[in-house]
Amino acid sequence: MNQIPALIRVFAYLSLLTVGGGMAAFPELKVLTVEVHHWLTFPQLIHLYSVGQMAPGPNMMMIVSIGQWAAGFAGALAVLIAFFLPTALLALIIGRLWTHLAKWPWRISIQRGLVPVSIGLLLAGCLTMAKGAVTGWVTTAITLVVFAVLLKTRINPALLILGGAVVGFLALRT
Amino acid sequence: MHRKATNKTPAAGPAGPELVKAPDSSGDPSISTIFTAFLVIGATSFGGGVVAYLRNSLVAKQQWLDDKAFVELLGISQTLPGLNSTNMAILVGDRLRGVAGAAAAILGMCLPGATLMYVVALAYRAHGDRALATAGLKGVAAAAVGLILATTFQLGRRSFSHKYDLIFVVLTVLGVNLLHQSVPRVLLAVGALATVWYRPRKGDEETSGR
Repeated sequence: MNQIPALIRVFAYLSLLTVGGGMAAFPELKVLTVEVHHWLTFPQLIHLYSVGQMAPGPNMMMIVSIGQWAAGFAGALAVLIAFFLPTALLALIIGRLWTHLAKWPWRISIQRGLVPVSIGLLLAGCLTMAKGAVTGWVTTAITLVVFAVLLKTRINPALLILGGAVVGFLALRT
Repeated sequence: MHRKATNKTPAAGPAGPELVKAPDSSGDPSISTIFTAFLVIGATSFGGGVVAYLRNSLVAKQQWLDDKAFVELLGISQTLPGLNSTNMAILVGDRLRGVAGAAAAILGMCLPGATLMYVVALAYRAHGDRALATAGLKGVAAAAVGLILATTFQLGRRSFSHKYDLIFVVLTVLGVNLLHQSVPRVLLAVGALATVWYRPRKGDEETSGR
C-alpha cells in the first residue's frame, strides 16, 4: 500500500504542533506513527528519537528514518518536505509582517501566553517518552545523572548520550 | 540593525536588497555562501543547542546580523510553530537574499542531519534487534530523556516572568498526560487562556518592558 499520502498528512500536521520545540509534538507523533499507522513500534520510536538527539542540525531529523521505513527514499523525502515546508512558509510570511505586528498589542500577549504552554508541551512530550524509556533503576539513574550534569556543567550533551549508550551496553545486556 | 531595512522591500525577492548597504560594504552574500554557512552549522552542531552555533556563525563569524537583530529573529522563531533552528534559517536567509536565500539556508541546515538519520534508519533496521544494540539504545534513550528534561528546565528558568506561568505549565502537562487530550486541543485551550490572562491592559507600557 502506498504510504506517501499518509506520511505527508501526518508530518505536515505534526509540524504545526512543534511550538517551543520538536518534543512538543512527541505525544501526537507516538499516537499517529505507532498506534494509527503502525510504521514502527513505541520502543523503536524512542530509540530513533534518542539517536536523533546525537545527530547534528535540527533535532527532529529522525522523522527521515520513519519516512525511510514506511516508504523508502521517496518516503524520507516526502516526510522532510511535509514537515518543513508549512512552517517554513509561515516563518517567511510572518517574518516579513513582523514589523507591522510589532505594534499590535495582542502580539505581546500571545507571545507571553505561549511561553508557559510551550514549556508545558515540552514537558508533556518528555513524560510520554519517559514512560517508554525510563523503566528500571539503571535507566532512572542514567536519566537523573544526565539531567544533573547538564544543569551543573557545560559539557556537550552528545557526549553524555554516548555515555548512556556505554552504560546501557554494560548494564542492560540480557 | 542595517538589515532591518531589508524588511521594507519584501517584494525584492531573490534579487535581494541591493539598495541596502552592508555594514562591511562587502555586498550581500551569494546564495552558495549562505548554503555553505548553514551546511557547516547543520554538520557541526552536535548535541543540540543549534541556536548557540547559529549565533557563533551568523553574528560572530559572518557578521550578517548584529546581536540585537539575532535576538529579535530568535523571538519570532520561538513564537511560531516549527523548530527554532529551521525557523531561524528561513528568517536569516530571507533577510539576506529573499526566498532563494531562505531555501538555501534551510536546505544546508537540514542536509547533514537528514542524510545521517537516513543511514541510521537503514542500519537500525538491519541490526537494531541485536541484544547488544538494544541494550545500548536503552541507555541512549534514558540519557536523551535527561537531556530533554534539562533543556526544558533551563528554558523555563530563563523565560518565566510570572508565578502564574507555572499554573499554565501544569495545566498543559495534565491535559496531555493525565486527561490524554490531543496536543492541538491543549495548545489552543491553554494557549488561549494564557493569552487572555496576559491580555493587553492600560498602563502596560511601563511594565511590559521588564
